[in-house]
Amino acid sequence: MKIRLDTVVKTFDTFRAVHGVSLDIESGELVALLGPSGSGKTTILRMVAGLEFPDGGAIYFGDENATDIEVRHRGVGFVFQHYALFPHMTVGENIAFGMKVSKTRRSATEISGRVEHLLRLVQLEGLQDRFPAQISGGQRQRVALARALAVDPKVLLLDEPFGALDANVRRDLRRWLRKIHDELGITTLFVTHDQAEALDLADRVVILDKGKIVQTGTPEEVCRAPASAFVMNFLGDANRLKVTVSGEKAQIQNVTFDAPDIADGPAELYFRPADVTWREGGHGIQATIARVIDRPDSRRVLALTVDGQSIEFDAAPEFPFRAGAHGYVDIRRPRVYPV
Amino acid sequence: MAKTRRPPRIGDAPVFRNTMIAVVLALVALIIVAPLAVIGYEAFSRGIAYFGKTIANSDTRHAILMTAMTALIAVPINTAFGVAAAWAITKFDFPGRRLLLIVIEIPFSVSPIVAGVAYLFVYGLQGLFGEALQSADVKILFALPGIVLASMFVTAPFVARELIPLMQAQGRDLEEAATSLGASGWRTFFFVTLPNIKWALLYGVILCNSRVMGEFGAVSVVSGNIRGQTNTLPLHIELLYHDYNAVGAFAAASILAALAVVTLIAKVALERRGAGRVRRPSLAGTAPSISETTP
Repeated sequence: MKIRLDTVVKTFDTFRAVHGVSLDIESGELVALLGPSGSGKTTILRMVAGLEFPDGGAIYFGDENATDIEVRHRGVGFVFQHYALFPHMTVGENIAFGMKVSKTRRSATEISGRVEHLLRLVQLEGLQDRFPAQISGGQRQRVALARALAVDPKVLLLDEPFGALDANVRRDLRRWLRKIHDELGITTLFVTHDQAEALDLADRVVILDKGKIVQTGTPEEVCRAPASAFVMNFLGDANRLKVTVSGEKAQIQNVTFDAPDIADGPAELYFRPADVTWREGGHGIQATIARVIDRPDSRRVLALTVDGQSIEFDAAPEFPFRAGAHGYVDIRRPRVYPV
Repeated sequence: MAKTRRPPRIGDAPVFRNTMIAVVLALVALIIVAPLAVIGYEAFSRGIAYFGKTIANSDTRHAILMTAMTALIAVPINTAFGVAAAWAITKFDFPGRRLLLIVIEIPFSVSPIVAGVAYLFVYGLQGLFGEALQSADVKILFALPGIVLASMFVTAPFVARELIPLMQAQGRDLEEAATSLGASGWRTFFFVTLPNIKWALLYGVILCNSRVMGEFGAVSVVSGNIRGQTNTLPLHIELLYHDYNAVGAFAAASILAALAVVTLIAKVALERRGAGRVRRPSLAGTAPSISETTP
């Protein structure tokens, strides 16, 4: 099912507002809504589900205007951040709940057959008689997914699906969710504040800031060509240096970079810590090494430019650390953004 | 436990501990147990036959009936009100929500007699609706409706107060999940909300019931104390006492006390069941289980 958001607006007393978001999600796509807290991503998800209603704009499911359809008739599967499993029901009863209250009548054997099928799909065979409190966080999350899938939703919506899990479980579940999505081909929209999760899992990433979409694209597109300084910063560690632009050239010390379409005047140069080469002599931005932080696979070097701006870069574990050593920083893949 | 020679924790010295326990036990015996024991003793002081005769007295029987009737009407209405109020306050946002929360609690802090007098001014002959009610030939004061209304005022917060903290802790996720799975409002309430609040609800109902049966102040103002007509059990006890019928008063009081004991046993039994819920506890660590929230 194709989903289309047309200039959707939602205002709250609090900060979670959404200001005119338009978005097309193709049928069968897996899309991540990525943004810091308060960027309105969960509000958008809840509006797609019908748990909130927009103040303006429209939401289409296929060609049908779904804006005013209430949640119980909208046919979405929603996985809550804290799973919202019914604590007084067993795993099996939780999964069967949607089928039992559905208008399409199913026989008891049909329901129990489908519960078993779903338990196999989420790899939880034999757990149907446990209560939610008796299973682990990762298992609860999979029960929540099975329960949402049980009603044959047109769209699957997940709110911070891995937020409450520890790192290892999170990575495994991520790959597993991708596999389930590829098997079922159901249009899926999920919310996350974790860029690694969004880039790992999604076909397309929608980056939000302050209730607006700042960039949409495949993980490759958003990583290689961040549309703004915010995206550059949000997707990962970034260095920032003050530069001066004149005639589409950005200058710092004696080094110049291409700055296409940037107006003359002060601007900011961004680059990733991995895109730096340290040279003892030659050409580049002059800097002095201040500190080194050791990591399992590299060393993170903290340096200061001559005019006191800090640069962080990654070096091989063999990189010799000499505080106060002078050298030159050579930058690959620089990006210049207006201030 | 092995005896070790380490210094006691603060407040754990044997002298202090034993004194504390002795003082508390003595106070409980003096303040709570002794008076109740006296009721039982005095009620049967002239033998079981006399006790039976006193209870069989038509006025006493009528008072018991009156109290039971009041409870049968007031408790279900207040239960429905309490659930509705708790639901509205915890599941919806609306202007005046906090104010409602405070207003519901007012009967706890207002003396019941004030409630009684207030009802007198609203429904009494010289009251706000007095003339209208009289011309419509509706009798509220000095009749069952007045007693029920006064009892309801006094016990309005009981159910809501048990439910609100629990439902607040549980949040709206469960209801939202049920609705997103296609459940109607009623189904969501009966299959999702109610099972998660039932122990707190029953506890609230029991408290409400025992207070309705025992209410004296508000009811004494609005009932008019008409013997054999508008007397509830607590009012009847007072009348008997003023008649110098001490044994009768004690006999009637023992019935009221017996009702209270039954209520207490029901409460303890419920708490046991509630504690048994450990096997069926609450949400993934986000909401406390019911046994933790009931006092």
